[in-house]
Amino acid sequence: MLNLFKKKKYVSVVESASETNEKTVFANTNQPSIPDGMWVKCPSCGKTIYKKEIGTFRICPECGGYFRLKAKCRVGFIADNDTFEEFNQDMTAKNPLNYPDYEDKIKKTQEKTGINDAVVTGKCKIGGIQSVLCVMDSGFIMGSMGSVVGEKITQAFEYATENNLPIVIFTTSGGARMQEGIIALMQMAKVSAAVYKHSEKGLLYVTVFTDPTTGGVTASFAMLGDIILSEPKALIGFAGRRVIEQTIKQKLPEEFQTAEFLLEHGFIDKIVPRENLKEVISKILEIHCGKGCEE
Amino acid sequence: MMSAFDIVKIARKISRPSALEYINYIFNDFIEFHGDRLFRDDKAIVGGIAFLGDIPCTVIGIQKGHTIEENIERNFGSPHPEGYRKALRLMKQAEKFNRPVISFINTAGAFCGIGAEERGQGEAIAKNLFEMSGMKIPLISIMIGEGGSGGALALAVSDKVWILENSIYSILSPEGFASILWKDSKRSEEAAEIMKITAQDLLELGVVDKIIDEADGGAQNNFEYTADIIKNELFNEILKLKEKNIEKLIEERYNRFRKFGEFSE
Repeated sequence: MLNLFKKKKYVSVVESASETNEKTVFANTNQPSIPDGMWVKCPSCGKTIYKKEIGTFRICPECGGYFRLKAKCRVGFIADNDTFEEFNQDMTAKNPLNYPDYEDKIKKTQEKTGINDAVVTGKCKIGGIQSVLCVMDSGFIMGSMGSVVGEKITQAFEYATENNLPIVIFTTSGGARMQEGIIALMQMAKVSAAVYKHSEKGLLYVTVFTDPTTGGVTASFAMLGDIILSEPKALIGFAGRRVIEQTIKQKLPEEFQTAEFLLEHGFIDKIVPRENLKEVISKILEIHCGKGCEE
Repeated sequence: MMSAFDIVKIARKISRPSALEYINYIFNDFIEFHGDRLFRDDKAIVGGIAFLGDIPCTVIGIQKGHTIEENIERNFGSPHPEGYRKALRLMKQAEKFNRPVISFINTAGAFCGIGAEERGQGEAIAKNLFEMSGMKIPLISIMIGEGGSGGALALAVSDKVWILENSIYSILSPEGFASILWKDSKRSEEAAEIMKITAQDLLELGVVDKIIDEADGGAQNNFEYTADIIKNELFNEILKLKEKNIEKLIEERYNRFRKFGEFSE
């Protein structure tokens, strides 16, 4: 799990050339207004793009590649205007292993990202239908799942179960958070059990894979959606590419573990371009809820 | 006092008693069943039905070998998705016929390879976590060697999780942990100390409910000693769990895992 730490750096939108380093990766993808005169490098084709041209959906005009999105930016695309009410906004990790400098790392990441851990959860309307929405953020310690991610998503499921609501989760994660050790592993069981209770009540759960989703998140709630969607070209897998290459001692093909690969192998229902996601999710919600869910 | 890494070494010993040895010693009339009915039979996972005294049970194990040849046959105890699906099939069968499931776990982790990814290793593990959480029968899991990550958890969303004194249960191998966090797999000893992977640490965290004694130096030095304890403990525990109202059992299982997490609000 979490093998993505060693993968190539994805450069998102950066403020200036001097800040083009690790620290500013993933930064600023959710700014609604983009100041003039800024250039960004596309993570897919590597071309330098005038920042304005990537547009609201953060898509490269040259190659169609996606920039990674901050959770709150994604919430803005999916939730109906002014309907999102966040849950557990202040929940913060402790340090179950007493791992050196973990608190410090959390604090710095919080300052850098403006969120308290790697998932934003809440309720909102999507296409007029009351839903629970969880969005993970790969900018926060690679979207890894420790106690906070596990607890917030579990509580989101419990809220949805109690209130008979559908739930939509956007996943992006390197897996379980190493710094929390076995307690992070236990989150996989905790969340999956909460998914089970929601499912038993006949309620809808839609997963949307985004780039990248691997490890303990793939191997728990991400793969448990009644309907599983994905953004195009998202990396989705259990083991990291490098670990597999080391284990089997051969190079893997380019398309291995992409959304398209998983679609072909029967593990996801549909690949949906970013700009169409809200429409498709709204339609799925409508089909499951009927008109009765609209308020 | 042994270090955590000393325990890792015992847990990984090639002479360490395997799942099938415990199953054959503890249970009577074990009949092994094969296959997931979907793709093929994964020899890294064994399972079937047997008697514990006069109680019909389903037993499952992740099987490592004692020789290189055996280990190649068993894929070194690293299951593919079809192994987890076989285990789930047998658990569902146990649920239908209302018998408890006892799982013996010993794996460095779920296998990482092309076929495993193509056939949905993540989906297979996820489905087991999901289904086990609601299974209407008593479930007991015992870590008998290595309890490696999601590959071990996929058979351990149980009412009771026990561990042998010199076994480990962890988010990842100490080598993997050191490699990811410190970019240096050689710092595995240091990782083992910090990761809280020993039976005693896991008991304190509530991840396991009971530690099973081993002979000095490890269970391979006196297999019967450890196997007899497991047999007695299983007998007592299954009688207790079978007494319980099934809704209460499932609710307690939910709460057993619900409690994990350290955070502030």
